[in-house]
Amino acid sequence: MLLIHCPYCAEERPETEFAHAGEAHIERSTQMGELTDEGFANFFFYRDNTKGITYERWRHIHGCGRFFNAARDTVSDKFLVTYKAGEPKPDLSEIDNQTKAGAKS
Amino acid sequence: MRRFSGFAVAREAMRAHKGWEKQWDNPELKSSYDVIIIGAGGHGLATAYYLAKEHGITNVAVLEKGWLGGGNTGRNTTIIRSNYLFDESAGLYNHAVKLWEGLSQDLNYNVMFSQRGVMMMAHNVHDVQVFKRHVHANRLNGVDNEWLTPEQAKEYCPPLDISKSARYPVRGAALQRKGGTARHDAVAWGYARAAAARGVHIVQNCEVKGIRRGASGEVTGVETSRGFIGAKKVGVVAAGNTSHVMQMADVQMPLESYPLQALVSEPVKPCFPCVVMSNTVHAYISQSDKGELVIGAGTDQYTSYSQTGGLHVIQHTLDAICEIFPIFSRMKMLRSWGGIVDVTPDRSPIIAQTPVEGLYVNCGWGTGGFKATPGSGHVFAHTIANAAPHKFNEGYTMERFTSGRLIDEAAAAAVSH
Amino acid sequence: MNAPVSIQPNRIPGKGRLSAADPLRFTFDGKTLPALKGDTVASALIANDIHLVGRSFKYHRPRGIVSAGSEEPNALLGIQRDVARHTPNIRATVQEVYDGLEATSQNRWPSLKYDIGEINDIASPLLSAGFYYKTFMWPRKAWDKVYEPFIRKAAGLGKAPVHKDPDHYSSQHEHCDVLILGGGIAGLSAALAAAKNGARVIICDEQATFGGALHFDSDVTVDGMDGFSWAQKVTAELAAMDNARVLLRTTAFGYYAQNYVALIERVTEHLSAPRADLPRERLWEVRAKKVIIATGSIERHMVFANNDRPGILLASAARTYLNHYGVGVGKNVGVYTANDSAYAAAFDLKEAGINIPAIVDVRDNPNEELLAKASALGIRVLTGHGVMAAGGKLRVSSMSVAPVNGGANEVIAVDSIIMSGGWTPSVHMFSQSRGKVTYDADKSRFVPGVYAQDCVSIGACNGTDNLSATIDEAIAAGEDAARAVRHNAKQSATAINATGGEAWEGTLIGAAPGAEAGKVVKAFVDFQNDVTAKDIRLAVQEGFHSIEHVKRFTTNGMATDQGKLSNMHGLAIAAEALGKDLPEVGLTTFRAPYTPVTFGALVSHSKGTLFEPTRKTPMHDSEVAIGAVFEDVGSWKRAWYYPKTGEDMHAAVNRECKTARTNVGMFDASTLGKIEVVGPDAAEFLNLIYTNPFLKLGVGKLRYGIMCREDGFIYDDGVVARIAEDRFHVTTTTGGAPRVLNMMEDYLQTEFPHMKVWLTSTSEQWAVIAVQGPKSRDIVSPFVEGIDLSTEALPHMSMAEGTICGVPTRLMRMSFTGEMGFEINVPADYGRAVWDTLYQAVEEAGGCAYGTEAMHVLRAEKGYIIVGQDTDGTVTPYDAGLGWAVGKKKTDFVGIRGLKRPDLVAEGRRQLVGLKSVDGRSVLEEGAQIVDDPNQPMPMKMIGWVSSSYWSGNAQKPIAMALIEDGFNLMGKKLYVPMANEVIEVEVCKAVFVDEEGGRLHG
Repeated sequence: MLLIHCPYCAEERPETEFAHAGEAHIERSTQMGELTDEGFANFFFYRDNTKGITYERWRHIHGCGRFFNAARDTVSDKFLVTYKAGEPKPDLSEIDNQTKAGAKS
Repeated sequence: MRRFSGFAVAREAMRAHKGWEKQWDNPELKSSYDVIIIGAGGHGLATAYYLAKEHGITNVAVLEKGWLGGGNTGRNTTIIRSNYLFDESAGLYNHAVKLWEGLSQDLNYNVMFSQRGVMMMAHNVHDVQVFKRHVHANRLNGVDNEWLTPEQAKEYCPPLDISKSARYPVRGAALQRKGGTARHDAVAWGYARAAAARGVHIVQNCEVKGIRRGASGEVTGVETSRGFIGAKKVGVVAAGNTSHVMQMADVQMPLESYPLQALVSEPVKPCFPCVVMSNTVHAYISQSDKGELVIGAGTDQYTSYSQTGGLHVIQHTLDAICEIFPIFSRMKMLRSWGGIVDVTPDRSPIIAQTPVEGLYVNCGWGTGGFKATPGSGHVFAHTIANAAPHKFNEGYTMERFTSGRLIDEAAAAAVSH
Repeated sequence: MNAPVSIQPNRIPGKGRLSAADPLRFTFDGKTLPALKGDTVASALIANDIHLVGRSFKYHRPRGIVSAGSEEPNALLGIQRDVARHTPNIRATVQEVYDGLEATSQNRWPSLKYDIGEINDIASPLLSAGFYYKTFMWPRKAWDKVYEPFIRKAAGLGKAPVHKDPDHYSSQHEHCDVLILGGGIAGLSAALAAAKNGARVIICDEQATFGGALHFDSDVTVDGMDGFSWAQKVTAELAAMDNARVLLRTTAFGYYAQNYVALIERVTEHLSAPRADLPRERLWEVRAKKVIIATGSIERHMVFANNDRPGILLASAARTYLNHYGVGVGKNVGVYTANDSAYAAAFDLKEAGINIPAIVDVRDNPNEELLAKASALGIRVLTGHGVMAAGGKLRVSSMSVAPVNGGANEVIAVDSIIMSGGWTPSVHMFSQSRGKVTYDADKSRFVPGVYAQDCVSIGACNGTDNLSATIDEAIAAGEDAARAVRHNAKQSATAINATGGEAWEGTLIGAAPGAEAGKVVKAFVDFQNDVTAKDIRLAVQEGFHSIEHVKRFTTNGMATDQGKLSNMHGLAIAAEALGKDLPEVGLTTFRAPYTPVTFGALVSHSKGTLFEPTRKTPMHDSEVAIGAVFEDVGSWKRAWYYPKTGEDMHAAVNRECKTARTNVGMFDASTLGKIEVVGPDAAEFLNLIYTNPFLKLGVGKLRYGIMCREDGFIYDDGVVARIAEDRFHVTTTTGGAPRVLNMMEDYLQTEFPHMKVWLTSTSEQWAVIAVQGPKSRDIVSPFVEGIDLSTEALPHMSMAEGTICGVPTRLMRMSFTGEMGFEINVPADYGRAVWDTLYQAVEEAGGCAYGTEAMHVLRAEKGYIIVGQDTDGTVTPYDAGLGWAVGKKKTDFVGIRGLKRPDLVAEGRRQLVGLKSVDGRSVLEEGAQIVDDPNQPMPMKMIGWVSSSYWSGNAQKPIAMALIEDGFNLMGKKLYVPMANEVIEVEVCKAVFVDEEGGRLHG
């Protein structure tokens, strides 16, 4: 069971309080009706499914209820950072090297 | 290839088994092949076998980054059934069941296909509606599947608790008598041995690091930990790692990879006669030839390539097992493990050509790929050999995610595989 | 219980730590035997000179006790407290004796001494590794009928329980600073150091007493006392500290992500009459800031011919039985070793008066001091020799000894052999933490290398052999861990002085002399699974070159001990056969659990009524009182129908349906999901979430809404009420409430965060009573205040707020039956009172309560859909005949683009229509399939399926809804429903069977 830091509650809580919500930073078009078939498939079905550091969404569903984002290494399952919804992808070079090294091991 | 038989075993028994040959060779790598299959799991090895056997294409290499059969082939709970709802699924999985029925003889390798029956429990009115829909559709598709009352279910599987006081009482069950289990390792080994005997090169400890493409974008070969290997056609059968491998050819996939866990109990004398699955209570269970109860858990909720998952997922599964079979509470978990499954948005596989010329992919089997192994390899070999799908995988394209023509068993039935 | 100790032939007076003043009795295969308090079943059996305790898995060879711990591969027994408390495969070396314990040997018939399965041992040349893959294939049919049943019958060890487990289990979550796995001298030292520096410590050990190797190692003195006594003193010291928790009989079995370690505590299995309130086992789920792994090492056996004969056991086990339990393993004990530890054991046995005919050491030049001591004790040592074979069958009787380099055999009579092939560090937990081991070539062992989590290994499991080095390492680990998490705690140094415990040298991995390649002998690597050295070599010969393949082909290391003794041997033999170094071949993966864990303990409280919570509506008890039968819908219990005396379900449902159409019926609709959508942008938000337009919905008006996902398939539906300009009362399906709220929150938080909207789940806040039928207004109006119920003031699909029975209500004029009706929302706490009041009125008026089944029939008579029954995740609003509910002028809503995809607008989609049975009486089966031509060959082309089907008492005929290809254009067409025994002819019709004009809605 993972421990996840909720950026809204500012606390680490067990995974069972959270719901994973898929890849992050996939924006819904403001011109949804105008997308091509391929554009829609890309938006709704195609995913990077990164082996390594992925950006993903979580919801603190049995806590504050907020959606937020995380950078996590899908090989080690270690979190590098979690951040609030709407914030840009964090600059991972600013994450201290130890966390990164830990995530890589 | 030395034939396996009772007589051969008896003869070898008299001379300390000195005469057994290698079941497959570790061949010298050639600089190029007609077809390279990436991934020596059951599906990849079956593909190579049928390429050689049915299409005469023997200049084939199967590249495996670890050991053959070491991915999901060797990690699943070995359930085989074909009682799927949609015509596309029923066709493909029943094709597989028919191949399973003759597989030991075809491969000259006992894969221990045991048609002990797969029973799917209904616990509420909705389950009953869904399973009856399956039973009717299966009957008209020529797939065996029958409806049982709770009492009939109990008769078929005596350990079942059908008391009305259960949290989710059993309201009936759908039984596929031709379903069952097989010995998963033997499937990989049997295909490897039979493919190798037909000239296929099985290359273990050879990781693919890149897919090389020519001037017009076509596949020309693969970069590996043992250097470049040329190929006219490349088939990716790398369950769990499909997105990662396809990325090497700049192809994004409609896939997500999740950890899937399973466990076995200590071995006990035969006490469980069939396979039981319950989607409402979330459990599936059978007993192996060795006596272990084989129990499948659900996927963890997050994407991962770690081949591990959380204990709570296993606990939840055992909650369900002990709810339906309270007599197993004192049994003990002997071993648990995880695999990586790649899952498509409609939970049905992709067995198809890709937008890249010469590149083929067979993936997205989610939690249910083992049962399809022979059928999957068979139709994928056909697809590679003819650059066109077999009738049983026509619908399993990538384009269906653009057109919307999904094969969504899960949505249609709230049934997991 | 007055069993005199003297009748235990191998119990040695004056030896061991058990007291003769505490006698117990137990049975083994029906025979009553004496034991002492503190005995394990294994120590008590050996005390009674019983070594033969079981039969092996494949060959049914007689087997004895090999170890004194959880690594035991052979001594697996069925343990029974009473009929319902039978547990198979319990290790005799772990199970403590309690008075009255019943132990039974396994995998033998008719008896342990005469086992028919022994035929397999004679046939063993046929049963080589993987033989079953090569045979049993002809004739094809014989596999199902003959071979497989035969193989299955032979499978398994013990017998599975057949009764429901009467015991209960518990679980506990715990957080600590430092978790220490293992209570030997390393773990205890680390725990003391950590606890004294302010850390919150948990230390656990699988044994009944702390001490680890101090149980047998009588040479160690710590702080002036013998090692074992010191361990008990420190245990007591720790137990007395507020910041330390001491867990005995507790095995750390799983090491998961982020220092989450699972422990299992055996609470009652050692007690004769456990208190009923005690759990049998307790699961500890510990999240530790630091983990210190002090799991010790496990002695290996020697792989020689017939090394499995009962009476042959590990040297350290023999020493444990002697020094802790006061039991000699025999009277005439041979020693076979490649490691110094067997000398220490031999010396202890000799000094206890047991004859040691010889120490056979494969090494040419063992430690001089040991040789000198052996000589002084008068023990003959044969260096450079090996045991070529053990003699005897049900009990070892001799060892055949010869020089390693060849020479004459000497047969030495023994009644037991103790052995040591060296020690394997227990890196299981380290490896489970995803750490990577490295190979220590000097000592031929794998030790922790690269760490993946915040943990550290100390002592024997870290490859630290020397006692004082172990203690230094342990204290440092404890102090470092404490200081890293308790920066401000007062620092306190720990000093522990120990002497003795010399590091043992010598190792032999793989086959011993006489069992080398080419020798046709049964030298067992994995006892339980009957894997011999030659099986491993055969695997390599047949091309299984990965160690994982070797394991799977031979089943080496896959028995209940999971290879604790066998893995290193198997690896070494495979490496030799491959001509590779050990680390090149590599280890198999260490998987949880370390030792087998009871399902019930992992389930803990999550069983019976706590398996999953049961949701009941506020009116549940009133429904019970009037005889409702309930059905499970999600986690809800819903009233299904209300049979009167003598009525079956069919009769009850017919009556309920008829009453609702002709008089009045009331229905508990409380399970419907409810969401309060509030804020200045609420209307705009709903306009995006639903396919319907919502901006112009007037205050006080209702609208039926459909919700899709982006893919355009129906996701949920429900009625939305506009309470105020900025406030909506949204309803969802019963099962859909959580996912609908989640989807709304998702869009609100992440896609439309600019909108000022608040979402609140109110499903549990409102009880909902539907009153439906021609008399519904008459029933409701006497109790309502502040609302004009006339059709003019409150027409169909409108709502008003007021009071009913004096309770605030949101009263909605709406209908899911096609009759005039009201849905009365009241605060949940008043639900039952309002229900009871209205029910009395309904009953007096000749009405009735109706359940979900009648609700289904009534709505089907009107063709209203149930999402999840008439739709299945592949149905669009257009397919369901609800195209009118898609806002054509809207520029955006969830699903707008998905609905336009090629396949969703293609011809020939399945569309929801009505079906009539042509014979006027056949009620179709839900799920039945529909074909155009019933005489076509299999597989048939199915063009649709029946989603809802009932007998309609009101229409006096069967009615059905079905999804059929191009159904809207097939009105009046005859189609067919092929059943197993008949074909039913049906006719496509509109999905309305009662009051097609809809006049009844308006009262």
